[in-house]
Amino acid sequence: MLRLPKFTYLQPKTVSEAVRMMADAGPEAMFVAGGTDLYPNMKRRQQTPQIVIGLAQLDRLRTIKGKPAEGMVLGAGATLTEVSENRRIRRAYPVLANAAELISTPLLRNMGSIGGNLLLDTRCNYYNQNYEWRKAIHFCMKKDGEICWVAPSSPRCWAVQSSDCAPVMVAIGAKVKLVSREGDRLISAAELYNNDGIEHLRKRPDELLTEIHLPPTNGWLATYWKLRRRGSFDFPVLGVASCLRLAGDGTVEDAKIILGGVGPSPLEAVAAQKAIVGKKLTEQTISEAAAAAYPVAKPLDNTDFAMTWRKDMARYYVSGTLRELAGLSPNGSAG
Amino acid sequence: MTLRVNGELAEVAFAPHKTLLEVLREDMGLTGTKHGCELGECGTCAVLVNGQPVLSCLALTVALEGHEITTIEGMAQGPDLHPLQTAFADLGAAQCGYCTPGILLTAQALLEQVPRPSLEQIQQALAGNLCRCTGYIKIYEAVELAAARMAGEPAEPRKESVYGWE
Amino acid sequence: MAGNNGSKANGLKVVGKPWKKVDAAEKCTGQTKFADDIFLPRMLHCKLLRSTVPHALIQNIDASQAVKSPGVKAVLLGRDLPTLYGIMPVAQDEYALAVDKVRMVGDPVAAVAALDEDAATEAVDRIDVEYELLPAIASIQEALDNPEPRIHEYGEYGNVHRRIAYEFGDMEAGFAEADFIREDTCFYEGNTHLPLEQHASVARFSHDGKLTLWSSTQNPHYLHRTLAKVLGLAASHVRVIATPCGGGFGGKCDPFNHDIVVSKLAMMTGRPVKICLTREEVFYCHRGRHPVLMRTKTGFKKDGAITAMHHRTFVDGGSYGGHGVASTFYTGVLQPTTYKIGRYKFDGVRVFTNKAPCGPKRGHGTPQPRFAQEVQMDKIAEQLGMDPAELRKRHLVEPNSITANWLRIGTIGLGKCIDKVLEGSGWKDRFRKMPHGKGLGLACSAYMTGAGTAIYWNSMPHSGVQLKLDRSGLVAVFCGTTEIGQGSDSMLAYIVAEVLGIDPFDIRVVTSDTDITPVDLGSYSSRVTLMAGNAAVQAAERAKDYLAQAVAEKLEVPASRLGFAERRVYDLESPDKGVSFIEAVELAETKFGTLGTTGSYKPPKAPGKFKGSGVGPSPAYSYCAAVAEVDVNPETGWVKVNRIWMAHDGGQSINPVLVMGQVEGSIYMGLGEALMEEMVYRGNRNVVHKFPSMLEYKSPTTLEMCDVVTYLLEDREPNGPFGAKEAGQGPLLPVPPAVANAVYDAVGVRIDEVPITPEKVLKAIRTKAKGQEGRYGPLTFPECEMPAPITVPTPQEGGDGKAVVREPVVEQK
Repeated sequence: MLRLPKFTYLQPKTVSEAVRMMADAGPEAMFVAGGTDLYPNMKRRQQTPQIVIGLAQLDRLRTIKGKPAEGMVLGAGATLTEVSENRRIRRAYPVLANAAELISTPLLRNMGSIGGNLLLDTRCNYYNQNYEWRKAIHFCMKKDGEICWVAPSSPRCWAVQSSDCAPVMVAIGAKVKLVSREGDRLISAAELYNNDGIEHLRKRPDELLTEIHLPPTNGWLATYWKLRRRGSFDFPVLGVASCLRLAGDGTVEDAKIILGGVGPSPLEAVAAQKAIVGKKLTEQTISEAAAAAYPVAKPLDNTDFAMTWRKDMARYYVSGTLRELAGLSPNGSAG
Repeated sequence: MTLRVNGELAEVAFAPHKTLLEVLREDMGLTGTKHGCELGECGTCAVLVNGQPVLSCLALTVALEGHEITTIEGMAQGPDLHPLQTAFADLGAAQCGYCTPGILLTAQALLEQVPRPSLEQIQQALAGNLCRCTGYIKIYEAVELAAARMAGEPAEPRKESVYGWE
Repeated sequence: MAGNNGSKANGLKVVGKPWKKVDAAEKCTGQTKFADDIFLPRMLHCKLLRSTVPHALIQNIDASQAVKSPGVKAVLLGRDLPTLYGIMPVAQDEYALAVDKVRMVGDPVAAVAALDEDAATEAVDRIDVEYELLPAIASIQEALDNPEPRIHEYGEYGNVHRRIAYEFGDMEAGFAEADFIREDTCFYEGNTHLPLEQHASVARFSHDGKLTLWSSTQNPHYLHRTLAKVLGLAASHVRVIATPCGGGFGGKCDPFNHDIVVSKLAMMTGRPVKICLTREEVFYCHRGRHPVLMRTKTGFKKDGAITAMHHRTFVDGGSYGGHGVASTFYTGVLQPTTYKIGRYKFDGVRVFTNKAPCGPKRGHGTPQPRFAQEVQMDKIAEQLGMDPAELRKRHLVEPNSITANWLRIGTIGLGKCIDKVLEGSGWKDRFRKMPHGKGLGLACSAYMTGAGTAIYWNSMPHSGVQLKLDRSGLVAVFCGTTEIGQGSDSMLAYIVAEVLGIDPFDIRVVTSDTDITPVDLGSYSSRVTLMAGNAAVQAAERAKDYLAQAVAEKLEVPASRLGFAERRVYDLESPDKGVSFIEAVELAETKFGTLGTTGSYKPPKAPGKFKGSGVGPSPAYSYCAAVAEVDVNPETGWVKVNRIWMAHDGGQSINPVLVMGQVEGSIYMGLGEALMEEMVYRGNRNVVHKFPSMLEYKSPTTLEMCDVVTYLLEDREPNGPFGAKEAGQGPLLPVPPAVANAVYDAVGVRIDEVPITPEKVLKAIRTKAKGQEGRYGPLTFPECEMPAPITVPTPQEGGDGKAVVREPVVEQK
């Protein structure tokens, strides 16, 4: 049986108690909500906190409140099931309900939290292995080693952003609330992520993600397509979140096209966005946007599927999301 | 610590870093809960917490005080099998029987929510429980059979499920 | 005897009915005790230290810190168990713990027994091993190119473990008769069983010197022999109890390191010792599907008749022998069992590589060549402009015939199977007639119902059954078979109940305990229903004789006039006249004393009399035909299998609902192999397994499993109990080639490689769009010097099943 290492478990009753505990404990501590990311990593000795601060008793973190027209607020501790089954979310933010529902399995979604999903550790076939396996390759720079085996000449880590909700939050312009003893701050989801496999978050370790502020639903449209081998369990090896604002005549006024699963952070396909803003979505413009998105995807050989095929699929998926939002005949999902 | 398991309160002593899976099996003798990876990647260890199926291998026991935990041992009511258990037996839906406890409990939670699920709803609900023996077919048929019986129908397995197609 | 029971089949009361399994209630309530569910007082926990290098000499092992580690009761090293073992007598190449060298990442090097698992893990971490690294071999080609350093000192030469070469008939004449000759090359990647239960065992050593081992093994008999040998104990002092097995599929057939290690640790500490492997360790145990590279040269006439076939295989064995020699034979020997092949030549080469050892997985060695053959049949049909179903049906092997390679075929329902799936799938109106992206593919297969030869040479029964009856009316059945989910315990109850006219739930089945139950060789090669079933019939018939004699006396009617049904023994001519079953037992117990009978089974002698003719013969062969319907997205290469129609000729079902479950499960496993499962390694990174995890080894979920339409053809097989053949393996075989053939029908590209992944399909589609051959698969085939083949004239050539002596010429191939 693969077991957790020994650690001290703290159970704060309030957010302020939680951040105080964290400040006191320092770098040896980590927060845990659902545990579906941290505990496997601890069992494999990838993450080794001495102190774990459990958020299970913070009921306030599980509330889902607000009106879509003004923007809803998700408690970061709401489970993925709660988010995906919430009626208002399903109606007003179907892109989010859909992305949350695509995560792993029903069993895991009953445990994993939306906040935990946004903060998901980056993943890599050389990293998500147990200690002995990693020893056999002399470890990697993300944990216990020196080198990135995916790109040995690279000075940085190429572990992959693997949250389904992250690209969606970035695409729709959600904000996250971070609380620490130093105070609160509200930053955009885009600002939360950093394009580095190790330092993949701009959240400080002492900060607790408490809330996710969804933007008002005032006319934007969004969708998320996920690529993976199986219809459950698997992390995205490509996720495309596209969010558009269309004028009455169909002209694209604003566009966000975010690629997940093909780099250490959600990647904005700026050129692809440019290719459609100010234009109508036609076969032509969609195909141009898809082509422009292709070079943004930087898949490497550290997830399921051949990396060149994954890169090819970025084109196909961007096109697919835009066709869907434009109401054009679908090109069918890759999987 | 006091745990509420299968409707009964139990005083249990265990190391604080133990998962629910470990405490159930090793400290409470409830070995009906199985394990296949201990990393949340197979669904074998599923139990119900407050009626919802979860992965006991990733649930920290100390965080579960006051929650209602149901294991396979708590599924039959006294000497009477749950209709799902009977249907699984009728259709041979438990081959090696190792994924069976987790699948039965997950299916039970489904039927509580959706008394007459469609095939697609069954497939979605069980998408987190791997089975290597059955190809899931007999499992679907057993869930459908149990649902019909729970709705009061005198249902029997379909002829094609048992003898194949003509 | 067994085969004669067909005459009674009309009146079957138990056989052929969908009874519950005798262990169903236990399995559905969590009461079944698997090996890891056993907790004994004072039990210690064992952890293994495994190699972190793929190929190295062990310079030094420093376990001094581990010995001192808290909670540690014993530390075990290779030198403490210096006896080689292996399941096949010809491949005694494993140590329980590495003695002088390691051959793969994951090879066990040392073991610790401690008070709990945490303490054992901590202690194992404190063992230091110094390795002198050796170059590692990661593929078939590397093994052939690098004879040095040798992974094993035995074997043919270099890193070639075994070469086999057979020639059945005059090949030159065979190819000369052909109108066309084609040669196709394909590759079948390795994959693994992935049982949900991780291997576990618990050992107890009593102070009177007797060892008991509870193990998740499929084959307690072979494990029993191995333990006695390696531990130096009398076999009579070793007891192996196979606990219900939480998924085997062939992966728990070999005796494993951990079985031996916990036994030794129990002997050293005087305390029970348990081990349960982690999922990663299960990947290292492996013994799964061999990666096989194949080239098949086939000569055929204008009507598709195959005049000659030369089939060559290269088999990537991994780091140990295991069943590998047999597996290598199986990559060739069953080819001639479906369609008539005039002359047949087979060359097989197994190499050692520094990867987890391969072995028997569901279909043992035959899904790979079946893929090669069935895809080639599709190509031949295309080349001849024939319907592939028509081509196959026209050239089916005849019932009661002997193949070119001297296998005796009894019943064959393949023609009927093909008709069923054609009809079900709407083949006539849909094959080659659906829109681009949609396709149907057909493939067929045959499989053994039990290997005709034991793994070690002996003339004793392959299966034995004992029956105990007493005045309570309970009938106890004792048999060495192992329940791995296939329903073997239930099968014994059904058969005995049928013969004695009682209810299967009146029977207590006691199995897989080497102290208590008669030898059965194990749950492999689809042998249990036929062999243990026949033994059970014999034991039950003998018990029935006792009862009949006693009841005949009481009723004053001839014993031959007695019927056994509904828990009664009665006069067939006036059915009201009779006694209850319990009364019958009382009468017999009074007349004969304590009642017990035995039955045993030995397969018939095979017609082949040449060296190596022991692999392939079986008392009966099952047959299958499958049609797969797929959607292929031409822009992404994504393949979705919508439905599979499967017709299975498995003889009379002992319990049809369990047969259905075996067929559906085989389809599932075949689908996983066809589309996504693969055991792959990082050759450039110390040959580590790429992803030894449930998450990254892709096992289909409910959302990938296709619809299934199953037809059971139940023509009775004279050699099977009540006419039964096998069901657990054969239906896997046609799935991968049916999918490949369907992909061709959908988008016109040939994927000559398993698994059929979207990357490969898209590549082939793009190659085709450029005007080149729309194919993905191996282009080259390695060279290897073969020994002179064993040459056996075919039955048609007037052979007698013996090899003919030829001038020893070394053939260059």
